[in-house]
Amino acid sequence: MKSLLRIQAIVLKELLQLKRDKMTFGMVIMIPFIQLMLFAYAINTNIRDIPVGIVDHSQTALSRVLKQTVVATGIVKFTHQYSSVNAAQAAIDKAEVRAVLIIPKDVSQRLVRHPTVGFGLPPSSDQENSRPIAQWLVDGSDTVIAGSIKSLRNMPLVELLDKPANRNTPTFEVTLLYNPEQRSVVNIVPGLVGVILTMTMIMFTSAAIVREQERGNMEMLITTPLASIELMIGKIIPYIFIGAVQVSIILGIGHLLFNVPINGGLSQLTLATFLFICASLVLGLVISTIAKNQLQSMQMTVFVLLPSILLSGFMFPYEGMPVEAQYVSEALPATHFIRLIRGVVLRDVAVVDMTFDMIWLISFTVVGLLVAALRFKKTLD
Amino acid sequence: MSTVNEIAICAKGLTRKFGDVTAVNTLDLNVEKKTIYGFLGPNGSGKTTAIRLFTGLLKPSSGSINVLGLTLPNQANKLRMQIGYMTQKFSLYDDLTVKENLQFIGKIYGLSPKEHKKRVEELLSTYQLNSLSTQLSGSMSGGQKQRLALAAAVIHKPKLLFLDEPTSAVDPENRREFWEQLFDLCDQGTTILVSTHYMDEAERCHKLAILENGIKRADGSPQELMNSMSAHVVEISSNNLRQLKQQLINLPEVTSAAQLGAHLRVLVKKSIAEPVKFLSQLNIVPTNDPMVIVRPSLEDVFVTCTGSNLIKGGN
Repeated sequence: MKSLLRIQAIVLKELLQLKRDKMTFGMVIMIPFIQLMLFAYAINTNIRDIPVGIVDHSQTALSRVLKQTVVATGIVKFTHQYSSVNAAQAAIDKAEVRAVLIIPKDVSQRLVRHPTVGFGLPPSSDQENSRPIAQWLVDGSDTVIAGSIKSLRNMPLVELLDKPANRNTPTFEVTLLYNPEQRSVVNIVPGLVGVILTMTMIMFTSAAIVREQERGNMEMLITTPLASIELMIGKIIPYIFIGAVQVSIILGIGHLLFNVPINGGLSQLTLATFLFICASLVLGLVISTIAKNQLQSMQMTVFVLLPSILLSGFMFPYEGMPVEAQYVSEALPATHFIRLIRGVVLRDVAVVDMTFDMIWLISFTVVGLLVAALRFKKTLD
Repeated sequence: MSTVNEIAICAKGLTRKFGDVTAVNTLDLNVEKKTIYGFLGPNGSGKTTAIRLFTGLLKPSSGSINVLGLTLPNQANKLRMQIGYMTQKFSLYDDLTVKENLQFIGKIYGLSPKEHKKRVEELLSTYQLNSLSTQLSGSMSGGQKQRLALAAAVIHKPKLLFLDEPTSAVDPENRREFWEQLFDLCDQGTTILVSTHYMDEAERCHKLAILENGIKRADGSPQELMNSMSAHVVEISSNNLRQLKQQLINLPEVTSAAQLGAHLRVLVKKSIAEPVKFLSQLNIVPTNDPMVIVRPSLEDVFVTCTGSNLIKGGN
């Protein structure tokens, strides 16, 4: 009973302090809002209009039509023209363009012999007969851009020749579930919930206890009958609500402005979020028992935040990582949450059905809370 | 000696080290109940460390502590409901109002909502905080903050109150008032341990201990300390006091010489039976200048039993 009273006192105090700290209070709302707007508009894995150059050795009508066909794909746009391959290479070095299309003198002959055109002897294994009609010189350092230009390799040449397509029947039929239009935002918005919660939740709690130490309030608190676990619980309860507000902002705006479907039920959404908020808050508490000042707690938050962005499956698929990195990824609460939230929001899965991720978040919270309460000493030694 | 029941704090051979530094060195201490006990000492003399040891915030390196019949540090948790601690630095929340701070502390001490409300009102009027109750504590003056801190420290009516340099940020008038409040609390049965580096404050205590470098140099009531002092105090009125002081201070029989306005206050060792005669024979002091033996002050006690005088004075 007295314990509840003490927890309530801490919660009330935190809320009062938060209310008076206008800047922090504003950030609670603005961080998810602004980050969502930025990321949802900005992050796009379907690349368009890559600036490229051209070296046209042939200077024929055909080469000009070829250029237009490439532009029509929307993947690249020609911004520069170079007289020689050397000049083009220099332009790539200077990052003037990302790639250069080199059209050889004999482009017409090559085209005529090209298997898709049909005048040759398809399918030919003869080097002389099956040469590509032109060449791309690409700055391959960015794999996503290189991949986009590589996708031009099999660009259909139909429009060049006013001839019916000579397409093969595909080996597989592919049906895209949950995001048939392949919009990046559908995958990003639920993931963003995980990233933003990781950032704000860990930061708030890690700073919360360290701040009391820095301002000298802790010296007074530890002479009172307040138990460590009461302090810990009292500190995290207000932030559970703040986390809930942030999730509502992200998913609400994601749904209204970016048309992200929310297929799962509210109860499942709440459950998944609650589990993750608790895990993050507890992680923040553990940090706060290690950090000596607010700067240190910030550094540790960032230390957790970066892998939570890069390794959690938010930006790059988990499956693409080497096994060792997958272990790191599994250790992060954000990984499990991003799986859960994408499951609930996009595929309407029940949280209990994703047993592993659910159990993992719960265990993390319980163990973390114990570690924090044990580490937090009620003496000044 | 008083019986165990009348002792609030009892320490034996109490030592606390921080690495190579010994902050409190084999301290023996008995604080009787319902008294105000003072710790007098310069900065870094181990006052705060001693208080933290008595509140259970620090564990001793060696020695034993018994506070209100509880053995520390093992029973520190049981002690918390019975003690109040006012820290040297203001440790309540700057961004809460006076009333909010008191309400918070009251709840932490588990006062029921009813008694809690009554107690907060009571404290607001006792410590003249009524008009400030909705003000943020961070924006208050030193004296106001100190009253609030005292109110918060006694909200649960502790039997034992620790005050760590409570008046360092307070003007003399507020200090006076503050001490009135301490005597009120003491009268109601509270034992108070207060640390200070002000002589006038130390003089108000029932008993005090003079600490230096973690070692207790002397203890007793201010009167006892002054009576048992190991030096005579001679006041000399003369023209060339600065020069006179330099000459006197070099003598092995003189523990200290300090100028107080137009007088020079000279401490002469007790081993000299007639200090005035001794000083006149030296031919340093001009013959007609008056020399009088005066009553020692606490500052004289402090000077004789601390610093280099400890060795020079051969206590």
